[in-house]
This record gives sequence, structure tokens and C-alpha cells, in this order.
Amino acid sequence: MDLRVSLPGLELKNPILPASGCFGFGREFSEFYDLNELGAITIKAATGEGRYGNPTPRVAETSGGMLNAIGLQNPGVKRIIEEELKFLEQYDTPVLANVAGSTEEEYVEVARALGAHHRVNALELNISCPNVKEGGIQFGTDPTLAASLTRAVKSVSEVPVYVKLSPNTGDIVEMAKAVEEAGADGLSMINTLVGMKLDLATGRPILANGTGGLSGPSIKPVAIRMVYQVSQAVSIPVIGMGGVTCVEDVLEFLLAGASAVAVGTANFQNPMICPELIEQLPDLLESYGYDSIHACIGRSFRHEETSLSGT
Amino acid sequence: MLKKDDMHILQNKMIADNTFEMKLTGRFVNLMKQPGQFLHIKVGDGTSHVLRRPLSIANVDHHIVTVIYKIVGKGTKWLSERKIGETVDVIGPRGRGFPIEEIRNEHIVLIGGGVGVPPLYYLGRKLVQQGNTVTSILGFQGRDGVFYEDAFRQLGETLITTDDGSHGYKGRVTDLIGELDQDVTQYFSCGPKPMLKGVSETFTIPGFISLEERMGCGVGACFACVCETTDPEDSKGYRKICQDGPVFRAGEVVL
Repeated sequence: MDLRVSLPGLELKNPILPASGCFGFGREFSEFYDLNELGAITIKAATGEGRYGNPTPRVAETSGGMLNAIGLQNPGVKRIIEEELKFLEQYDTPVLANVAGSTEEEYVEVARALGAHHRVNALELNISCPNVKEGGIQFGTDPTLAASLTRAVKSVSEVPVYVKLSPNTGDIVEMAKAVEEAGADGLSMINTLVGMKLDLATGRPILANGTGGLSGPSIKPVAIRMVYQVSQAVSIPVIGMGGVTCVEDVLEFLLAGASAVAVGTANFQNPMICPELIEQLPDLLESYGYDSIHACIGRSFRHEETSLSGT
Repeated sequence: MLKKDDMHILQNKMIADNTFEMKLTGRFVNLMKQPGQFLHIKVGDGTSHVLRRPLSIANVDHHIVTVIYKIVGKGTKWLSERKIGETVDVIGPRGRGFPIEEIRNEHIVLIGGGVGVPPLYYLGRKLVQQGNTVTSILGFQGRDGVFYEDAFRQLGETLITTDDGSHGYKGRVTDLIGELDQDVTQYFSCGPKPMLKGVSETFTIPGFISLEERMGCGVGACFACVCETTDPEDSKGYRKICQDGPVFRAGEVVL
């Protein structure tokens, strides 16, 4: 079955890509499989200067999920270009580069540098990291700020810009519409949900940062609901993510309206998860009677429309 | 290369208070040559636990690898309930272990605390096989927690400390460092961070330490288990414990 999906800047041979932050810059996973098997490679967030991130512990397991508070550790955009994008030259799979910063100026500087690189096919604007004091989520919870940042980044980027939305907001549909209006070419959603886990012995949070971002299967219903609502309200494509662990989850995100599906936390339990999902997807689609991937994308609400008009 | 295997459980028994010894065999045991590396083991059924558990290799002998773990939560509890004949999903060996290939005819001291003790056993065996003399100082909370005492005694002089004095010396492993022979040339240590800090500040001879940390992916991609380098001029400024470590030269990273 033809699994190709064509999105702004991203010609995907299949709809499966890793989620930013769970895949480093691809190097480690290239030890397990050929990265060309992936629909795209999403690389870890880049900031203007290198960042060390938060103190440890940075991760804590929860029931059906985990909390992380890495704090955008990365070597800075210059070294990412010199070392990591250079490493990725040997692959032809599209690269989606995640852009972060503390200020609008920093986002713009990083977006300009990454967007000009021949190995970067699209940018993912990270306005949803819950684990840094400045920037990140503050842009992702205020539609006016998010729109202004999107506009600024769009004005300098040579490649399409996807905005990664936070679920930690009152009205994600309003946020999605605001960034679409500001020129976003696509959306990726959802980032993690802010959470906390306490150590019963000390009475204090396990994470040194106190709070962290919840990911994993426990957040999937929230992600499905948000993709379902947002993809009906906007006309730009959505890359869906949040708790995908099996091929059935992939189909669920497609039905909810996602045009591609990213895999995050599941890479930790099973480093082979992405190629396994790609291999299993055609059979699953066939078993539900689909003859192409496009037949199922957004079927959840298209079906509603049909039945409404039919009654 | 992907080193992921469903390893067969040959034994899984309690050897001390809440402490289990698990023996496994599988395709990659012959690659588990360097002491100090770890196995990244999937726990739980389905997606109940999304993170693997890093367990250090305690021994490799006749195509059988041993890990020793303590029940600290639901994941390790699940592991303790696995039966002989079942399999566990293992990635590994991972990480960089103790660099001992060149060490001959030296007097080495091994210092371990609690679940930091297991990797020192495989290390001690290798060092003795290479013609070295080994002295071990092993710290536990109390008598019920002590394991592998006789095994270490077969490698060389072994001193046990307990926090409550219920077995061996009462006190900390660092209390005994001053009583060591003057001919000790290097130390290797594994245990909780405060212990490693005490050990590396007490010794004046060179040494290597192995760190414990909560890990995410265990393969170097997620940046969960990092530590800072002591050298401010270091080009990266950090080390990933799962990939660059867990073993580091004493003084290389901030404890």
C-alpha cells in the first residue's frame, strides 16, 4: 500500500516520524536501524546558545507514562548545524528541525539559521516546552504572543513552519487558529502535560525541577481529543502525537485528523518502534478496509458530517 | 548494531533483604566482556511501565550473565516475580565500563555501596584473572542487606561496613580507606553519589567511579541522565551517564 503523505516541505514516504526530544539528533537510533526508513526525522530542540538544562533527576516513571524535565539541553544551533546536520547528510529522509528560545529574537535567530540549511525541510516551532523558566510555554499559552512569534519566524524562515502546540492551555482550538492566521504551514500536537510526582520517603517532588512534562500512553486520549477538535477547525495539516505505542494508535490519530503521526516516549521502551509501526501499518489499514492512507485521515469528523447530513 | 534480545531466565532468587540475583542467557552474552556495563531491561506487561530499568552486570560466566537488583518499586517488584524459563526483553550491553585491559600486577581497591556492589564483583574477577591483587570494601545498610560477601572474599581481602553496625564495621566505607595498605595503586568505586563523592575526596591515588541515575532511553538520545564535567573548558560541558559512562575517571564529572 502506498503510504506516502505530502505535507508542506515534507514529502513523507510514510506517515511515521519520531517526536522531538525523544530521538536526540538521530545518531543513537541509527545504531538500531536505517533512518531512511522513517517518514521524517525530527531533531531535538535548538536554542541560540548551548544549554545544559535542568538538574537531575530529570525523569520519573508514572502509571502508563513518564514525566520529564530535561530543560532543552542542546549544544546550540551553530554546533547542531556543524555536527548533527552534517551527520544527517548521509540520509535522504526529510528533517523537521525543532526551534526554541527564551525571547522572540532568539527564536528568530535560530529559525533563520536552521531554515537556511539545505538539510532542513521544515521547522517545528516549540512554543510548548513546560520545563524552562523563560520562553517555551509562555508563548504557547497566549494566542497573541504565539501569533506574533509565528509571524516573526515565518518572515525569516526559508522553509515551512509547523507550530508545536501545548495541551496546557484553556482553548487549544483558539491557539491553533491564531497561529494559522499568523501564517503557520502546519501544526504538531500535543506536547507534554505539566505534572508532578512525589517521593513518599522525602515528601518532595522526584524531579529536581519539581514539575515535568507527562508523556506516554496515559496522555493519548487527551491528544486524540485535541487533534480531533483542531483538525476540524483549521485548514493546515496536523502532525499528531501523544502516547503512541502501537499501530492501532497510529490509525486512531489519522482518524482524528492527523496527516502524520509522531512517536515519542515509546522509543525508550522499544528503540525499534518506528520501523515496526511502518511495517505493520499497511496490514492494519487493509484490515479496516482502507485502500489508501488518505481514506482514513480525518474520517472521524467526516463521518459525523455525513451522518448529520443524512438524517 | 541492535543488541536487543529476549533473554532466558535461568534463576531469579532473593539473596538478601529485597535483593534478587537473576541469571540470564541469550545471544549477546559473549559481548558482555567489560565490567561496569549495564543491561537495559523492559519491565511490566504492555505499556504499564514505559521506562526500562538499567541493571549493572554483576558477573558473566559460561555464557550466563548475572544481574543483582533491589525491589524499590512496582517495576523491580514485577521483575522479582519472573520465573525460571520465562524471558525478559533486554537491550545491552550498554555504556562504557571500567577500563582495565592494561592493568597487571597492581593492588586495586574496590569500594561499593548497596546496589553499587554488583558490578564490582565482575570487575574484581577480571582484575584477579589479570594477575592483580584486590581488596574490597563493601558498605550495606544492615546485616540483612549483605550479599556476595563470600564471593568477594574468594577474590581477596574483603571488609564489610554497615550503617547500624549489625555486621562488620559500623560506619561508612570511607572510614576504612585510611587503613588500607600503602601499596594500593588505583581504586574503582560504585554506589550512591554522596558515597562516590566521599570516596573520591578521600583518596589521593587515581580511580574510576560508576554513577547511578534515573535513565530515560538508556541509549544516549534523551539527555535524562547527564552530569556536568568538572573542567569548565570541556568542549561539551556534560557527560551522558548511559552512553559516555556509567564509569568515569574520578574527578571528570561533578558529584
